[in-house]
Amino acid sequence: MELETCTFAYCQRPEMIEVETDILLIGGGMANCGAAYEAVRWATPKGLKVTMVDKAAADRSGAVAMGLSAINTYLGENDPADYVKYVRGDLMGIIREDLVYDCGRHVDDSVHLFEEWGLPVWKRAEDGHTLDGAQPAKKLTEGGKPVRSGKWQIMINGESYKVIVAEAAKKALEINRAATGQEINLYERVFIVKLLLDANEPNRVAAAVGFSVRENKAYMFKAKCMLLACGGAVNVFRPRSVAEGQGRAWYPVWNAGTTYALAAQVGAELVLMENRFVPARFKDGYGPVGAWFLFFKAKATNSLGEDYCVTHFESTKALYGKYCSDPHKLGTAIRNHMMMNDMKAGKGPILMNTHLAMAELGKTMDAKQIKHLEAEAWEDFLDMCIGQAGVWAGNNIEPDKAPSEIMPTEPYLLGSHAGCAGIWVSGPDDLGAPKEWCWGYNRMTTVKGLFTAGDGVGASGHKFSSGSHAEGRQAAKSMVAFCLDNASYKPAVAKSTEELIGELYLPFEIFEKYKNYSTDTNTNPYYIRPKMLQARLQKIMDEYVAGVSTYYMTSKTLLDAGLKHLMLLKEDSLRMGAADLHELMRCWENYHRIWTGEAHARHILFREDSRYPGYYYRGDFNLIDDQNWKCFTISKYNLQTGQWEMSKRDYVQLIPD
Amino acid sequence: MPSFVMTEKCDGCKGQERTACMYICPNNLMKLDRDRMKAFNQETEQCWECYNCVKICPQQAIEVRGYADFIPLGGNVIPMRGSDSIMWTVKFRSGALKRFKFPIRTTAEGSIDPYKGKPEADFANLKKPGFFNMTTVKTLK
Repeated sequence: MELETCTFAYCQRPEMIEVETDILLIGGGMANCGAAYEAVRWATPKGLKVTMVDKAAADRSGAVAMGLSAINTYLGENDPADYVKYVRGDLMGIIREDLVYDCGRHVDDSVHLFEEWGLPVWKRAEDGHTLDGAQPAKKLTEGGKPVRSGKWQIMINGESYKVIVAEAAKKALEINRAATGQEINLYERVFIVKLLLDANEPNRVAAAVGFSVRENKAYMFKAKCMLLACGGAVNVFRPRSVAEGQGRAWYPVWNAGTTYALAAQVGAELVLMENRFVPARFKDGYGPVGAWFLFFKAKATNSLGEDYCVTHFESTKALYGKYCSDPHKLGTAIRNHMMMNDMKAGKGPILMNTHLAMAELGKTMDAKQIKHLEAEAWEDFLDMCIGQAGVWAGNNIEPDKAPSEIMPTEPYLLGSHAGCAGIWVSGPDDLGAPKEWCWGYNRMTTVKGLFTAGDGVGASGHKFSSGSHAEGRQAAKSMVAFCLDNASYKPAVAKSTEELIGELYLPFEIFEKYKNYSTDTNTNPYYIRPKMLQARLQKIMDEYVAGVSTYYMTSKTLLDAGLKHLMLLKEDSLRMGAADLHELMRCWENYHRIWTGEAHARHILFREDSRYPGYYYRGDFNLIDDQNWKCFTISKYNLQTGQWEMSKRDYVQLIPD
Repeated sequence: MPSFVMTEKCDGCKGQERTACMYICPNNLMKLDRDRMKAFNQETEQCWECYNCVKICPQQAIEVRGYADFIPLGGNVIPMRGSDSIMWTVKFRSGALKRFKFPIRTTAEGSIDPYKGKPEADFANLKKPGFFNMTTVKTLK
């Protein structure tokens, strides 16, 4: 088809606003709120400008927008080396131990700040009972004992978690704004969709461009360095619910893979993009199961009452060897694998026996304590997944009286929760890591000046909310050092403003140009609206790249076929059509999803083993092959050739078993 | 569980530039129909049911109707968010009710003084691990 360009012959031309700053924070979630807090303290005395751009409103943006009922990474009395062992075990043996250790030794300070700022943290009373976070008790820093749901997790009353963290970040930004004379340094409802490399220096990031999703304005932010942290990727795969319920994604529905796509497009190396997370969650509502397993000690069984982790232990061990050797330390992927064996055998639904757990806990409690226990169980959902409470209410399910169905979800790509897809970064230099792991500034990608954190950093999962905040702070500190070392750098952009706004608004121009060709703007041969673009991507990913419809199974032949379809979709993305600014946002989000999906497919094709059974399977290599594949997989999009280059990089164990 | 706006209760935030729900929705879903001066959810299948529009609405004009593709009618979950706590009313399809109250923060909204009592950054530590307020960290032996 003929290539379309935007000359504003049909659609309105946006005003282009150019902003020059030193440190640009792309995204307003936990990582960048942490970055704002840390960066401002270092940057302000040096006169460096810090600027944040958020697609939404920072008070409620990112993965913590709804709230959380637990902080999943708080080390307390634990050794960061043990945290590394735990993360390594859950992520099937391949992680960047330097990055994980680095997260473990920094994370608690962020949690202490949250409590200081007003986040209620549950405490264990002298008599062993739980106190909610508003009851008088010592703070964590004063020796207060948190209520641990697991070795690494602590319980909170976290409805306002993000509001509190954002308040501190916004206050910090304001201090920097006033001191450095910026008119504005928090841009909300501005969606960054593209990074630009420097005109004079290859492999150096110079600017980020995007547009307001509310006003007819485009933006270009020139910066010495930037922190790209806009979450993971959701709805790349066809979800189990395809109508209204597709909004009820397990991870935030607005996480569009922007982090991975923008990094890949400027040639940054990605790592372990074959990794994905397929959480087993309460069916349909996707309510969290962690507190039920760890805190309430509930057991999951098939509908015949059998514990699939027992009945399938030997057969799984035969397939995956040492990765299924200790029945008490089964990784999340392995447990999923065993559950799916029962689902395939028709022994479902799989049930979380909430009623049995509550009855057991109730044995040693009086009526008041039982009522408190019931409130705790509901709060787990009401703090972070209110929809699950709606599922229970609509189905008349009371968790103390009846079990609930659980099920593995559609695949998600992320780097901060129990997954480790992401971008290859430089790490700390004091932990004995190989040289190629710490070539420069901590948390800088292989593109000069481009940093990442949270879901962006690959091979380093299990950071969760607190670890993402702490990692943002670490990146911010490195960025200040980078700015001081590169004080004379002036970003230069090769493309003209006219070209840039034309690229941003192309879906508008196409829509306006052709919309009257047919009597219904939804059905028109000249463009594809974002909803259908997303549906097409999801169908390809689901059917060829190990989605739910094939029970997460794929192979070389399926992937080769899927990639062909993906390439046609990518061509058609040049004909996206947007009727308004909201759809323009959706177009670009789905474009980012396509790139993320492609990276995922290429990595799965490259890795010839089934490293993450229970998350995905290579039918042609259904084994965990440590001899050939206990290594990092690296991809790099070559900007000159337009080809993806795949390679292996050695995994090095820094912390002994 | 897409949010919906009750026609009678919504006042369009009295004609301000943007409504409270438009300000807060993380997915840019809430929109003001300027002809009727009523807000609505423009893309219900992209609603994460985070309830931020429900919690922020000054008229309590927004509720959530369970995802029609898997939640039977009749139940609902309604919050009342105050400055230090939140009250939840869960109504089951059967009509049974449960109420819960949880704390949400221990400090007054807007009271955070981010660097109060914190040290200045020491630039000798800029390229070392740690934070401006935490200068020593563990390392591997």
